[in-house]
Amino acid sequence: MSTGHSKAAKEFLKNQTYAKWHDATFWAVRSKRDNMAYGLDEWEQLREKASQIKRHTITHLDEYLDQFATNAEKNGCIVHWAKDANEFNEIVYGILKNHNVKKIVKSKSMLTEECGMNPYLEEHGIEVVETDLGERIIQLKGQAPSHIVMPAIHLNHDDVGELFEEKLGSEKGNHDPTYLTYVARLSLRNEFLTADAGMTGGNFGIAETGDIVVCTNEGNADMSTSCPKLHIAAIGLEKIIPNYDCLAVFQRMLCRAGTGQPTTTFTSHFRKARPTAHPMHIVLVDNGRSEWIGNPEHWEALKCIRCGSCMNTCPVYRRSGGYSYSYFIPGPIGINLGMLRDPQKHSGNVSACTLCNSCQTVCPAKVNLGDQIYLWRQQLDEFGTANPEKKLICKGLGTVYGSSGIYNLGTALAHWANIIPSPLMNCGLNPWAEGHKMMEFPKKPFHKLIKEIEK
Amino acid sequence: MKIGLFIPCYVDVVYPQVGVATYKLLKHLGLDVTYPLNQTCCGQPMANAGFEKQAIPLAEKFEDKFKEFDYVVAPSVSCTAFVKLNYSRLLEGKHECLTSSKIMDVVEFLHDVIKVNHPLGTFPHKVSLHNSCHGVRELGLSSPSEEHVTPFNKIKDLLNLVEGIQVLEPERPDECCGFGGMFAIEETAVSAQMGLDKVQRHMKTGARFITGPDCSCLMHMAGVAKKQGLNVEFKHVVEILAAGL
Repeated sequence: MSTGHSKAAKEFLKNQTYAKWHDATFWAVRSKRDNMAYGLDEWEQLREKASQIKRHTITHLDEYLDQFATNAEKNGCIVHWAKDANEFNEIVYGILKNHNVKKIVKSKSMLTEECGMNPYLEEHGIEVVETDLGERIIQLKGQAPSHIVMPAIHLNHDDVGELFEEKLGSEKGNHDPTYLTYVARLSLRNEFLTADAGMTGGNFGIAETGDIVVCTNEGNADMSTSCPKLHIAAIGLEKIIPNYDCLAVFQRMLCRAGTGQPTTTFTSHFRKARPTAHPMHIVLVDNGRSEWIGNPEHWEALKCIRCGSCMNTCPVYRRSGGYSYSYFIPGPIGINLGMLRDPQKHSGNVSACTLCNSCQTVCPAKVNLGDQIYLWRQQLDEFGTANPEKKLICKGLGTVYGSSGIYNLGTALAHWANIIPSPLMNCGLNPWAEGHKMMEFPKKPFHKLIKEIEK
Repeated sequence: MKIGLFIPCYVDVVYPQVGVATYKLLKHLGLDVTYPLNQTCCGQPMANAGFEKQAIPLAEKFEDKFKEFDYVVAPSVSCTAFVKLNYSRLLEGKHECLTSSKIMDVVEFLHDVIKVNHPLGTFPHKVSLHNSCHGVRELGLSSPSEEHVTPFNKIKDLLNLVEGIQVLEPERPDECCGFGGMFAIEETAVSAQMGLDKVQRHMKTGARFITGPDCSCLMHMAGVAKKQGLNVEFKHVVEILAAGL
């Protein structure tokens, strides 16, 4: 009785040294986050406030989107609306083609990952260069991100050193992190100076002013927008918030929750293009979001601010890694977003949860991640993706527990299981026995003992 | 005050001594406790596996058995949490759910309702406390490590009433042990890894006993520990509270 995730997780755990390192690395991030949360007396109030702001904004999104677009246009920006990934890619390509762009540098954006923008543009002859160090590393390696905030966390400095030797011509055998960062910086500097356009994602869009706010630790969003003369910002509809008072709440939480730093090194606010540059383009992307708002059980997934803290705290993510999930966003939020995207394709991730609820207790926007996973499980049968053995077991349990007669008979016989020879009990047909030694069943269940005690 | 004792299916069959300890402890405190016969299961195993509909007839049966009591008390945090948080929704459109507001885990009941504060049994050992997820994050038996709130732990408060005991907590005091019901047989590798990690952290405290408010976590960890040949014993909190009474 396995799932897509459980099979991948089993493989992941075979390399115990690596698995232990992975778990410890992310637990360390979780601990750093705890120190930040414990350091703010108003942390729980901030979480509640963040949740309320998101609930309000999402349920009034039409008004705020309208306000955002109107203000952005007043500022001189060109606003585009993309209904899906394909339309988004076409819009971006159209802008780039109009400006005769050959090379684009971009800061981190999970939205472009979601829409498959890089391969699309490359197919159309445009060179795309990621400028976030982690993103650049996995781009050179031809990999997908294994975490939304720390995309190359699964690689160590030797992996990166060997990659840079091959791709960037760094010194052989010099895997010193400071040196490797220097090599990356040198190479990226050249990319910034020779690119024709820069793209950023957006952590927030401010309806009241039409601003796009981008949080980075490397200043690469600023480099991407300050060197080339064309800036395109891509942002999902749910990233809009009403005003700067609201931003103050999220800005205090995003980085504390995500990486355990008091703030990102750079929080950049983009309102319009600099005087000598082309007008700034903003692409607002729906790609399913407006439909998800209408889902009564799962719309709150849209409150997510993509800090990644639910992954860091998830005991299953830490022990199975980002690539064990079929959706490009892993961990608790990824399980939920994957199911919203395509339940048939991503049902295999729904098993990756013990319902421990650490994710929703850690979440700065109070997304009810664990509760939603529970609800998705209830729908698997309807989607036709429920495990038939599990269904059979549950039906069987329903019959046994539904009748006290059958239950009492069954429990009276349970202790006979003790004398089943161990090889039979601890065989491959009994999944419990893979990790456990079978329990012993006492001769008398409680409901028999109580009669003797009460006498 | 009439108390109905709910002994969940697997406690009934695998850990009857926990049921006995709960019953004896409540009686020892002079309480009017009854065990209604022919109980089975709350339906949590099927619901967490994605077949919540199978739990509806069980919820109705549970209501019939327990609705007359002032309190329903059970020695199992996850079953208690399941009834408390899901039964109203499961019975929607049928009748008002009475038991979801009456059910309490035995730790919560002793701590908050009876407010036990006098010495209980004797247990002259170091114990490592297992804070089960649903106790922490659904019933509020202790403050979750994720939240910035004033730390508290009702289980620890009660255990500290036992003579001779030394209560310790592992590193990562409320990280999941990896049981998760059907999770343990669907995600066998991760479940076993989590179980082993957890048992090793408990053992690192130097305690020979691991105790907690949920037998399902203990059953999982005990199975993992036995398979790995680790020498540690498991006891439900009530077994320790009632020790020597």
